[in-house]
Amino acid sequence: MIMSRKRLRLYLVLASLAVLGVAATLVLRALNQELVFFLSPSQIAAKQPDAGQQIRLGGLVETGSVKKDGATVAFSVTDLNKAVTVTYRGLLPDLFREGQGVVVEGAFDGTGQFVASEVLAKHDETYMPPEVAKALKESGRWQETQGKDGAQPMMTQ
Amino acid sequence: MIPELGHYALVLALVMALAQASLPMVGAQRGIRPWMQLAKPAALAQFAFVAFAFLALMYAFASSDFSVAIVTQHSHSQQPLIYKLSGTWGNHEGSLLLWVLILTIFGALVALFGENLPPRLKARTLAIQAMISVGFLLFMLLTSNPFARLNPAPLEGDELNPLLQDPGLAMHPPMLYLGYVGFSIVFSFAVAALIDGKVDAAWARWVRPWCLLSWTCLTGGIALGSWWAYNELGWGGWWFWDPVENASFMPWLIGTALLHSALVVEKRDALKSWTILLSILTFGFSLLGTFLVRSGIITSVHAFAEDPTRGIFILALLTIAIGAPLSLYALRAPTMRGGGLFAPLSREGALVMNNLLLATMTATVLLGTLYPLLLELTTGGTVSVGMPFYGATFVPLALPLLLLMAVGPFLGWKRGDVKGALQRLIAAGVAALGAAIIAIWIKTDGPILAPLGLFAGVWLLVGTAIEFMERVRLFEGNAARIWTRMRHTPRASYGMSLAHLGLAIAVIGMTGAAAWKTENIKALQPGQSLSLQGYAFKLDSVAGVRGENYLADQAHFIVSRDGAFVADLYPERRQYLVQPMPTTEAAIRSTPFADLYAVIGEPDGKGGWTVRVYHESLVSWIWFGALVMVAGGLTSLSDRRYRVGAPVRAGAVQIAKA
Repeated sequence: MIMSRKRLRLYLVLASLAVLGVAATLVLRALNQELVFFLSPSQIAAKQPDAGQQIRLGGLVETGSVKKDGATVAFSVTDLNKAVTVTYRGLLPDLFREGQGVVVEGAFDGTGQFVASEVLAKHDETYMPPEVAKALKESGRWQETQGKDGAQPMMTQ
Repeated sequence: MIPELGHYALVLALVMALAQASLPMVGAQRGIRPWMQLAKPAALAQFAFVAFAFLALMYAFASSDFSVAIVTQHSHSQQPLIYKLSGTWGNHEGSLLLWVLILTIFGALVALFGENLPPRLKARTLAIQAMISVGFLLFMLLTSNPFARLNPAPLEGDELNPLLQDPGLAMHPPMLYLGYVGFSIVFSFAVAALIDGKVDAAWARWVRPWCLLSWTCLTGGIALGSWWAYNELGWGGWWFWDPVENASFMPWLIGTALLHSALVVEKRDALKSWTILLSILTFGFSLLGTFLVRSGIITSVHAFAEDPTRGIFILALLTIAIGAPLSLYALRAPTMRGGGLFAPLSREGALVMNNLLLATMTATVLLGTLYPLLLELTTGGTVSVGMPFYGATFVPLALPLLLLMAVGPFLGWKRGDVKGALQRLIAAGVAALGAAIIAIWIKTDGPILAPLGLFAGVWLLVGTAIEFMERVRLFEGNAARIWTRMRHTPRASYGMSLAHLGLAIAVIGMTGAAAWKTENIKALQPGQSLSLQGYAFKLDSVAGVRGENYLADQAHFIVSRDGAFVADLYPERRQYLVQPMPTTEAAIRSTPFADLYAVIGEPDGKGGWTVRVYHESLVSWIWFGALVMVAGGLTSLSDRRYRVGAPVRAGAVQIAKA
């Protein structure tokens, strides 16, 4: 049966509402469960996240903290006030350097050790992850320096 | 001298664009024919000037003219020629010039090949296209001059980012831009039609080839980008839901919806105002993508360090370019009455569902991309939205779309026989169920995604094949009769089958790659080996090698299975001349069923090396599928109905139905 224009419009509206309703439900559930929050070392020192909760941790790789044992690497991520020790089993990204900004994703295990599942790489060595810049600004150790990107942090130790 | 000429050519192009944006528009309004006709030479001249500027910049890169600032920043005299040339668009200013070049290419193409367009529509379309040019040329000349000089000129440049020195990435931006800037012409057609107040089947037929061309290039561009990420980044992955990737994926999704809704306008004279809205939004998403990538506003693992003030300019452009047409749309849309009525269960109905689902999928990607920004602005909290979010929102919406895709082509226009369609799809259902069972059998405790994804992929694959065979009646009559029928089947209908088939192949690949990927990582001394999926990777040796513009540590792996030799793999860790960062070069052995992927990391200082190996199931199907989709797009484009000027009677279009 070919239907009237009004009837057709009703069906269209109902179909759209159904699809949008399903999508909205999915999105709201996902926003509750699947987001990964970004925390700085100071925030973690203030309030330790639950074991197993996925978080992103950002800061600078503390100079002299990188230790390798086979395929496992341990290093400290610092915002120059507090530091968190991270262990990671995997290949470090090409731009991983002591004193440089880094973002790691992972979770604390039962013993309070932060185990990274991913150490994030960047395309560009002059690029400072905004989250890291923010963490450093919050810890009061950010220094704007010259250079076109103005985003090179200074290690003040 | 040549860079100054290039710069001057850009200024001339701006003047041309201003003329092209104003006179033909006024001419079309007042019916002044010579003013309307001005659009064609203006579009060609504008293209010529921008092309000259582009070649001038390319020449500066090819000849390593380090007095040009961006050549110094992004090139080096020892770089291989191909990467000197691709350096032209490996930076903000140059890629912007490429953007404008493609904008003018599409303008020039419409000026040249749009002979059968009504003069008013053509004049207005070209005028709108020129308005976009004006915006971007101003943006370039005021904030991002590619020809800025350095004085004194340095003797040597800083080298192109080594990660960008890859053949896949050399081609990726031009393809991608052809796609998403190409949608600008569809946008211009839509705005011109809004001003005209007339959208009909003929309009849709003029727009569709441009839409198809853009879509095909965008598909190819996204696939190349993903292939590059897989080959070059050494993460063993091919898609990260990164904001920069989403920036190109959103126009693809909404552009795919547009491609299908334009079909309904062309064949059935329905969904007109929706199609116009999609045309505006598709280019809107292209602009949004440009804004996201260049403003540095979004936290992305591969955001380029860019100047946020440039973001303001693009944001202003975006607001005007989308805001004005949308207001016009709000005024004019109620006057566009749809013609063809249809039953909910019909080809049109299926295409409406396709559009609904694609638009919703686009919205979820948009939300996921912008949510961190919104949250940061409102609460100051920082979050990242990644794979798990999209897995829980995008994928469940994509599955019904894939299921529907196999059914849609079986349904007739106006009213469809769903029961008959499903009956003819029984074989597809059986095959899909078989695939799902195999998926569960391969990995019992695997994610639920694996059987679902394979079910959808195989369902679509077999369903598309059945539909094609029925359409050409492959098993009726003798070979000569079949051959005649196949020759008389329109190319566009082959194109549709190929594109759907390609997506099915890609979906099977994505499912396999996401569900069954395994990896192993270990510190190895030469002579030691590690095992993965029954393969033994023996690190034979690590040697220093010298490439054209880099030094590398090259590892030699001997891969074997049950003692039998399988392959040699040579992953590298490269150190380029100037840039301090080393890059990893993965070694990949591709077979139809799985890739073996090896990466070498840093030495541990005790004679050993950290190595990481992946076993990636079905991953090559993703790019093969994309290739088939591109082939489908090209096949459709070659359909003579799009080239023949004379309007074809709608009834004469024989999408042969069984």
